[in-house]
Amino acid sequence: MGQSSDGTWQHLQETVLPGYLWNTLGLALGVGLLTIIIGVGTAWLVTSCRFPGSSILEWALLLPLAIPSYLLAYATTDVLQFSGPVQTFLRETFHWSRADYWFPNARSLPGAIVILSVNLYPYVYLASRAAFLEQSACVREMSRTLGLGSWQSFFRVSLPMARPSIFIGLSLVIMETLSEFGAVDYCAVDTLATGIYRTWTSRGSLIAASQLSLCLLGAVAFLIALESIARASLRFHSSDESNRVAACTPLSFSKGLAASLFCWLPIVAGFLLPAFLFAYKTWVNGDQRAVEMLADLGTHSLILATIAAGLAVCLGVYVANARRSHPTAMVKTASRISGLGYAIPGGVIAMGVLGAILHVENGLNDAFELLFSWSPGFFFSGSILALLFAYQTRFLAVSLGVIQAGLTRVSPDLDAVSRTLGKSGIKILTQVHLPILKRTLLCAFMLVFVDVLKELPATLILRPFNFETLAVRIYQLASDERLDEASTAAIAIIATGIIPVIVLSRLMSRGHDSRRSHHHAPPTRQSNHD
Amino acid sequence: MTEPKGLEVSDVSHQYGNRVSVKFASLEVNPGNVHCLLGHSGSGKTTLLRIIAGLEPAINGEIKIAGKKVAGKGIHEPTENRAIGFVFQNYALFPHLSVLRNVSFGITHGSRKEKRGIAMDLLDQVELGEYARSMPHALSGGQQQRVALARAIARKPAVMLLDEPFSELDSRLRSEVREITLRVLRASNSATLMVTHDPQEALGAGDVVSVMREGLIEQTAAPHDLYNHPNNEHTARIFGVVNRISPNSDFGRAISPITGNNVLLVRPEQIRLNPTTLSPRGSQGVIVQINYEGPTVLIQSQLASGQFIWTREFTPTERHPGEQVQLSMAESTSDGA
Repeated sequence: MGQSSDGTWQHLQETVLPGYLWNTLGLALGVGLLTIIIGVGTAWLVTSCRFPGSSILEWALLLPLAIPSYLLAYATTDVLQFSGPVQTFLRETFHWSRADYWFPNARSLPGAIVILSVNLYPYVYLASRAAFLEQSACVREMSRTLGLGSWQSFFRVSLPMARPSIFIGLSLVIMETLSEFGAVDYCAVDTLATGIYRTWTSRGSLIAASQLSLCLLGAVAFLIALESIARASLRFHSSDESNRVAACTPLSFSKGLAASLFCWLPIVAGFLLPAFLFAYKTWVNGDQRAVEMLADLGTHSLILATIAAGLAVCLGVYVANARRSHPTAMVKTASRISGLGYAIPGGVIAMGVLGAILHVENGLNDAFELLFSWSPGFFFSGSILALLFAYQTRFLAVSLGVIQAGLTRVSPDLDAVSRTLGKSGIKILTQVHLPILKRTLLCAFMLVFVDVLKELPATLILRPFNFETLAVRIYQLASDERLDEASTAAIAIIATGIIPVIVLSRLMSRGHDSRRSHHHAPPTRQSNHD
Repeated sequence: MTEPKGLEVSDVSHQYGNRVSVKFASLEVNPGNVHCLLGHSGSGKTTLLRIIAGLEPAINGEIKIAGKKVAGKGIHEPTENRAIGFVFQNYALFPHLSVLRNVSFGITHGSRKEKRGIAMDLLDQVELGEYARSMPHALSGGQQQRVALARAIARKPAVMLLDEPFSELDSRLRSEVREITLRVLRASNSATLMVTHDPQEALGAGDVVSVMREGLIEQTAAPHDLYNHPNNEHTARIFGVVNRISPNSDFGRAISPITGNNVLLVRPEQIRLNPTTLSPRGSQGVIVQINYEGPTVLIQSQLASGQFIWTREFTPTERHPGEQVQLSMAESTSDGA
């Protein structure tokens, strides 16, 4: 490092790099801590307690998944800024002037931490809820008979038992945070991820941007190593399939009210507020051009998300099946590497993909030029194919993780019995695994679909010329401070994203219901760095 | 020309890493016969079953199914090409398929209607015809076991392999399901190898029983021979309590003319208890404990030498702890190990 040809790297090192590093670290720690408090707390409350609205909260707590983080950042800063409704209301009510009061600035590191936390906690919620659901009632009841109160039982038994799952959710959150671009950029927090993009676009230095990427990859590699170690030492084998699901404790009125407030707060901040804000802005002052373009933008987004999610599920099935049927060291390593992309920022992936494709295309063009005095041009780098390739690199981990988690719940005895009944290889996959994993596959598809729908940096960099998606349109308008106009595309993206989230939450609750009679637990999202 | 054996296993060994789990196992099963493989957990019996199925590789030895060599030097026929049926301990029914489709899953020949007909016939045989459309999770354990059996038989396998098929059933259901299973198996004319850890089940179900211990088949014999002529103490003890008596002790000299260093292993029912007033022969003792077993009682007495001896009698009994008794060999038996 430090040998950049144009000296940009040295300049970065002396000026902004320490700030990038501190901000990235602070953001990751802050978001990690807050998502654990919100995600684990809400998961515990809705799983083990009964209070007004708890059954609605079970699925409503997933809703923030439908909101792209950058939209949440736009909405939050808009509501909380000096001219926004909150401060205006305070000034008018109490007759304050600007100098009379202090108000937290959303466009700051703490602001970014809160925004990302209410956006990303569903990952921790999903993972820890699945863990709490799988915990046997006996273990908790046993701890109560040993003299632990319900709080002590939570902190000394349930929480430690759920640690591996919570860690999986947390590592997803931290990886998302490290790779986050849109929201962090809008909150004016300089992190490594935004620095990479800025170094490349503003300073025009691809080398320095790559060097910054290496810094980020180093952090990610450290995190993955830490995760593997933690996972290896934290693996608990609970229990047989027939575990009783623990009964819910009814809460008193005041405790129930407090629990309700605690659970509704992140939903209000992470979903209802932005959804209502964009709906209102669209109603009052929508983007005329976006309305005209909505069909095109929406179609682009839907086509990209559908193809990418379909591909990711197919590849996920292929890799997970290879790992199950041929668990050699090479296959395991290859599957692990194929899942690493999730930890890498979309922008970095886009640059890597672009670099690799350009390299191949240049070689091909030279060869064609030499052989036929004609070259095919840059047919791949400027096409949707490059974008789909980048999406697979980034999101394969999501589908692979879900499918692998689902496959581990399919007893190996079913494979063996299929073989004794004359089936092998592809027939076991198509006649046994895939039909059993139908819900898991749908779950994987939905998660990748939502992720691709919201994806910004890779789409921004790799999209074909003049090809806009809802996310790109929102970014373009919002970065010009034209938030009112961006609201139309925003409400479209939220509406599209909410459908898969509802499907997802239904899949989860149905999985829970059928756990009492089936051998299959609900599909949950897992990273696959095991 | 003689008819080939259903299953022939010769000198088969297997190891997990450095641990040898099956050592030079050999056995034969004729078509229509039930051969039980009895042993404690970890004895290698399930591994041997999986080797025969082709689910685990043998490191040496040879396996023939209906006369066709499926494993041996340079040969490892894949599981799907072996003429076997396998019933797993947990039944492994396909949760996404109805009972009927589970049973017809492995049938490859015939039209859809014919496959359905075969599956329905089998379901009727195992008395589950009315559950054809049910999903597996709606069935009880005993019903699931019978579906697994019907599914395995549907391919008309030359060899049926059953891994602890009744272990998950309660004792009342177990005898009922075992009776149906054995009837269907014998009717199918398959050579059946059944793994169990329950000695009563092995004696009750098997035409032949092999006792396995630490990867070795220690003895193979008909149930009666195995019970009465076990070739070592482990095999003797696996079927219940035995008295270990030195021929040089007072009691040993009293009950057996054999002398030497070999230990006498005598089953409780081979020793008789008499009131001291009736029998001058044998050794005197005092009853110290009475265990009720249902139709029989197991009585522990202490001899004057301090040794404890178990005897078994039918209920009802009027024996009571503290009663003085005379212990002698029952006249009809003189077997020992």
